Amino acid sequence: MGAPTLPGAPVLLDPAGLDALIAALAARGFSVIGPTLREGAIVYDRISGIGALPAGWTDRQEAGRYRLERRADAALFGYAVGPQSWKRFLHPPEERLWRARRTEDGFTIETEPPPVERFAFLGMRACELHAVAIQDRVFLGGTHQDPGYAARRAGAFLVAVNCGTAGGTCFCVSMGTGPRAESGFDLALTELIGPDRHEFLTVAGSAEGAALLATLPSRPAGAEAEAAAASVMARTEAGMGRTLERAGLKEALQASPEHPHWDDVAARCLACANCTMVCPTCFCTSVSDHTDLAGTEAARVKRWDSCFTAEFSFIHGGPVRPHRSARYRQWLTHKLAHWVDQFGSSGCVGCGRCITWCPVGIDITAEAAAIRAAPDAKPEQEGHGNP
Amino acid sequence: MHTRLRPTLAVWKFASCDGCQLSLLDCEDELLALAGAVDIAYFAEASSTLRPGPYDLSLVEGSITTAHDAERIRAVRAASRHLVTIGACATAGGIQALRNFADVTDYVAAVYATPAYISTLATSTPIAAHVKVDFALHGCPIDKAQLLEVISALLAGRKPEIPHESVCTACKRRGTSCVMVAHGTPCLGPVTEAGCGAICPAYGRGCYGCFGPSEAANTAALAATWTVLGADRRSIHRAFRSFNAAAEPFREESDAHGDQDHPG
Ligand code: SF4
Ligand code: SF4
Ligand code: SF4
Repeated sequence: MGAPTLPGAPVLLDPAGLDALIAALAARGFSVIGPTLREGAIVYDRISGIGALPAGWTDRQEAGRYRLERRADAALFGYAVGPQSWKRFLHPPEERLWRARRTEDGFTIETEPPPVERFAFLGMRACELHAVAIQDRVFLGGTHQDPGYAARRAGAFLVAVNCGTAGGTCFCVSMGTGPRAESGFDLALTELIGPDRHEFLTVAGSAEGAALLATLPSRPAGAEAEAAAASVMARTEAGMGRTLERAGLKEALQASPEHPHWDDVAARCLACANCTMVCPTCFCTSVSDHTDLAGTEAARVKRWDSCFTAEFSFIHGGPVRPHRSARYRQWLTHKLAHWVDQFGSSGCVGCGRCITWCPVGIDITAEAAAIRAAPDAKPEQEGHGNP
Repeated sequence: MHTRLRPTLAVWKFASCDGCQLSLLDCEDELLALAGAVDIAYFAEASSTLRPGPYDLSLVEGSITTAHDAERIRAVRAASRHLVTIGACATAGGIQALRNFADVTDYVAAVYATPAYISTLATSTPIAAHVKVDFALHGCPIDKAQLLEVISALLAGRKPEIPHESVCTACKRRGTSCVMVAHGTPCLGPVTEAGCGAICPAYGRGCYGCFGPSEAANTAALAATWTVLGADRRSIHRAFRSFNAAAEPFREESDAHGDQDHPG
């Protein structure tokens, strides 16, 4: 153990050092969440050591297809991203907001206690850090903040991993969100693996990260290790499975509400909502009230919802978007165009999940490119807002 | 302390297997609360005391397959303030609606020793084809949490919270890895209404479509992907022709993959 490392000065951890990091996080009271194999995919779940990591596995991803494959080495982070994102932990699929109880002379409201569990996320990719930053703007940026998200987010410790493998549906380079984690983490690792080497070039991105790193067995990283990490990044950058041309895209999408291509997608789209569920930035929820049989208790529950359901846009008289074409258009134009007006950035970080996990393989990069290639701006449709 | 009237409840059986009624008895933890909240006036499977109507709430299981039942459901409707169908039989015609695609006399001849004793209609039809239905619960069998939600909502005078979204939404919320994408297993989840909690994918199986077509179901697009995954015409035909065979989008898709010579 050396003197406290300043943020920015890289060190090398070996696999035992990484194990010590997990143990140190657990000892500080964090629930450590990291990648692990389950049901034929690499998912994020509770882990207690490096033994849970998907050593020697990678993922082969295409539109509508995901398969685990063996790697030639024993890399611990040698895959791209799985079906789940960290959204599942910071913005859980279901959350009770309050309960009410009937009393002798009326009723009382019991608010939910703030979440107490503190998460440490191990293995966050650059695109996922950007996705968290986007959800931060959504949930914390405005006048009204989401208290549950705020508490979980404030308590979280983020360990990033620079991608050593680009997935077949990845396009973070197009979106400017990766593959290198630039900021927004407590620690960032680059896995260096070869016939005679298995170690992690590690930098701290926060004072808390630096303090923790200083307690771990490590050695200073030399210029050679830094060069090796840089070449990992260059290789990943060159290996992107997809690209998305963004120049003029927002304008083309906003000018094309009646484009025939929306109907073309609708013929293939199932309106199943998988794309929004797996997307690390999609944030929509619906809120419903429940009462018990005895009529003495009630609860208000918030759940992930999706612009692909009819109920999502249901107002008096019917849904605003009854057809699949309108739902897909809402999703894609919000993600890639209206999001910019609403939150100041694209709503897409190029993680490729919506492409891989769409059961029929609808590809956001291909659909956006089709519209961009031939926008049919109709004058009477100009000024079309977010419906 | 607040008191409210205990509405009377009746449970009716038509052509069905009793599984949905059993879901009511299966409510174990909630059964006492249920018995406290409603006055169970007519429930032949649970009690031999059968009281006459009218009833505030009738739960109807089963489809209409005989002329006698077609009359009986009218009497049930007339005696009920609210009528809720429970399960695929009552809501869509059930597995017995396979007769709709064939000649029922062939079935009768094949199954019964003395076909002459059998008096039956040529089709199995859902309750809504005969009388007004106030709310329909899907599933083979229904989900007991959905049943309790409908009863609780009725008691509170609010709208039941039963979403019409796809099974995939539940599958993703529970964190299951998609069996179509990760394993190449054909799944009906994307065109099937949620309600079961996505049980089958959680056990590595494709969804069987027990809850029937979801709102906006695009069965043709799903069938095209099943074909890419290696499903043949016959297995697609059979997948859409089960408990909800007579529900429109499923009927249409099974027909589209039918044998030209033997459409049944
Ligand atoms: S839209 Fe698709 S590629 Fe973009 S962030 Fe969401 S899931 Fe990832
Ligand atoms: S784009 Fe794909 S994942 Fe999204 S709703 Fe349509 S079929 Fe489902
Ligand atoms: S396993 Fe089936 S229900 Fe689950 S997401 Fe995939 S297609 Fe949908």
